[in-house]
Amino acid sequence: MKHLVLAAAVSFAALTAAAPAQAFCGFYVAKADAKLFNKASKVVVARTGETTAVTMASDYQGDLREFALVVPVPTVIKKDQISISENAIVDHLDAYSAPRLVEYFDPDPCRPMPIPRAAMTMSAPTGGASADTVRRGAAALGVKVEAQYTVGEYDIAILSAKESDGLTTYLNDEGYKIPAGAAPVLASYIKQDMKFFVARVNLKEQEKSGARYLRPIQVRYQTPKFMLPIRLGTVNADGPQDMIVLMLTEKGRVETTNYRSVKIPSNVEIPIFAKQEFGAFYKAMFDTQVKKDGQKAVYLEYAWDMGWCDPCAADPVPNDKLVALGATWVTGGDTPATSQPGQPPVMQRRMPRQGSNVFVTRLHVRYDATTFPEDLMFQETADRSNFQGRYVLRHPFTGDAKCQAGQDYARSLDIRFAQEAATLATLTGWDMADIRRKMAANGQSPR
Amino acid sequence: MRVQTTDTLPTIGRRILSASLGSMRHTMASFQINPRDARIWQIVALSLLLAFGLAKLGFDQHLSSVALILATALATQYLGGRCVGLARFDPMSPLITGLSLSILLRAAEPAWLMLAAMLAIGSKFVIRYDGKHIFNPANFALGALILAAPLVGFTPAWISPAQWGSATWAAFLFLSLAILVLSRARRADIAIAFLATYVAILFARAVYLGDPMTIPIKQMQSGALLLFAFFMISDPKTTPDTRQMRIVFAIVVAMAAAYINFVLWRPEGLVFALFLLSPAVPLLDRLAQGRRRVPRFAWSKPVVN
Repeated sequence: MKHLVLAAAVSFAALTAAAPAQAFCGFYVAKADAKLFNKASKVVVARTGETTAVTMASDYQGDLREFALVVPVPTVIKKDQISISENAIVDHLDAYSAPRLVEYFDPDPCRPMPIPRAAMTMSAPTGGASADTVRRGAAALGVKVEAQYTVGEYDIAILSAKESDGLTTYLNDEGYKIPAGAAPVLASYIKQDMKFFVARVNLKEQEKSGARYLRPIQVRYQTPKFMLPIRLGTVNADGPQDMIVLMLTEKGRVETTNYRSVKIPSNVEIPIFAKQEFGAFYKAMFDTQVKKDGQKAVYLEYAWDMGWCDPCAADPVPNDKLVALGATWVTGGDTPATSQPGQPPVMQRRMPRQGSNVFVTRLHVRYDATTFPEDLMFQETADRSNFQGRYVLRHPFTGDAKCQAGQDYARSLDIRFAQEAATLATLTGWDMADIRRKMAANGQSPR
Repeated sequence: MRVQTTDTLPTIGRRILSASLGSMRHTMASFQINPRDARIWQIVALSLLLAFGLAKLGFDQHLSSVALILATALATQYLGGRCVGLARFDPMSPLITGLSLSILLRAAEPAWLMLAAMLAIGSKFVIRYDGKHIFNPANFALGALILAAPLVGFTPAWISPAQWGSATWAAFLFLSLAILVLSRARRADIAIAFLATYVAILFARAVYLGDPMTIPIKQMQSGALLLFAFFMISDPKTTPDTRQMRIVFAIVVAMAAAYINFVLWRPEGLVFALFLLSPAVPLLDRLAQGRRRVPRFAWSKPVVN
């Protein structure tokens, strides 16, 4: 009996030692997160029932005195419904759900068993930086200041107004530069009995906090309207803007009900040189897709249970961070630990499937006032099927393969290279000659 | 069919053809398929729309789910017909219901799609008044499943109202197919009355809010709206028999749909409005009848009111 146990233990140890860190869905290489896109704002919305928590982050890099945020909200917001989040948490969720590049290594066609090769080290995620541009205004007629708070480095006011001209005058007087075209949009919100959450930077508090960048603001409220207001943002924008919406829900995937949701092309094989140009590739692909759909669609880039990932583009987001983002219903054991010393980073491994009750949906929308005249309206579906933006590199075997299978393999490579080139050209609109040249430079030329 | 050794190839071919046509006619007679039945056009239109949606618009529905829905609908119709003692099996209605559900309904598990098909066809046999079923079958299944969600604590199924996008040419496609369908059944009045009322409400709302006209224009370019108007609310068997009452019904449903969409903020306003108001149709028929008995609608002889 003792021998059996020992034998079992030894064989189990041998198995685990021999088992390589081979990801089922490819070795993670790189990701395409929100930082790729200019004028991209990030919003995290956590919703269960009618309870909504909206965390707003964007890339504001100008003078802090010029910063102002005006957001229509359904109710008067109390001080305990506002909090300041951390850019790191929002960036973490962004990285976790970003479209990802993975690689495989072809085995020697002459040997029957594949020998896994070590994964390449992935590019380190760059530090997050995001801030919001917000304007404030000055006192005006018909405007009631429902409440005023200082939360973190922000001075916040909740306003209700009787008519938009008065509100616009008030905000302009207060120093918020409200563009001329905003008045009718504000009027529409006023008619729908919405209040206005208005935030400005309190310079003294900001110096005290010592943060270099503005931190995201989180607002929580109850409302049957599952929506994100985008109309104010389009008023004075020069050209279309990008927004990444990260939804945290209990039941399943979120989709827009007034704009068509489209899945981003995924699980496609692309040439190896895309490894150095993954960001450029993803941007070009997204641009092409947007043009194809007339800039009228909302793109799904990730829909997955937060309890697992394969491959993982970032360490898992711990439960306390999810709660901080508004997913207050999170239960279950803590998510698997982050990297242990001596082991490859978690993101290089597959995470064990263990299901949680938080589902994340990543939507990417490029919008302007013409193609997206309405605010985004959402619904939560019961769809828990997984989707991720995943792009695959397959490194050909470079050694000598002198057997018959090796010759077949060499022939199949030509077809594969041609297919990868064609896929890339279709997805990005890049010139085929350029693609072939870069492929040849990276060892992917026809033999 | 007998083949003789002296038969030439064309002769054999002719015999095969005539034998097939003969057996088809025989099958169609026992299955109550009348080639002049306008519902054939409805099936063609719905099939084309489903194929277009699956192939070009990337609908989130698998062909296996479509097959499951159609099979369940046909089976339920067959069993239901046997239970109540119907003389012949009519496959057209369950096909139309099945295709509508395939286009509209999404569910996480196929079991819910089967349940939807059973509820839809079952409602025709069970929920009746004065010899006529009350609910459009597909509408009943959609309404029941979505309404049941808060009661059972989770949402088994959903509709994606924006799955068609707002490309105008898709709208034209709908319209041309719809006209094809309706020219036979002559119930365009309710579809047009509904659309006119709903679009008027959209524009009135925009004027009240001071919104740019791009918003109501975009809202009305909805494939879901056209599908509902031309294929669901215009169902001749579950709408009032007189033109006057049909128009009244259409206006009330449009107003209720707008209320559910823009006041209660539920995205399934169209489906819910029809679901909640269908029980009023027998009442409207009663009001309209008075002393004169209005002829009942039958697919085999389309009636002009």
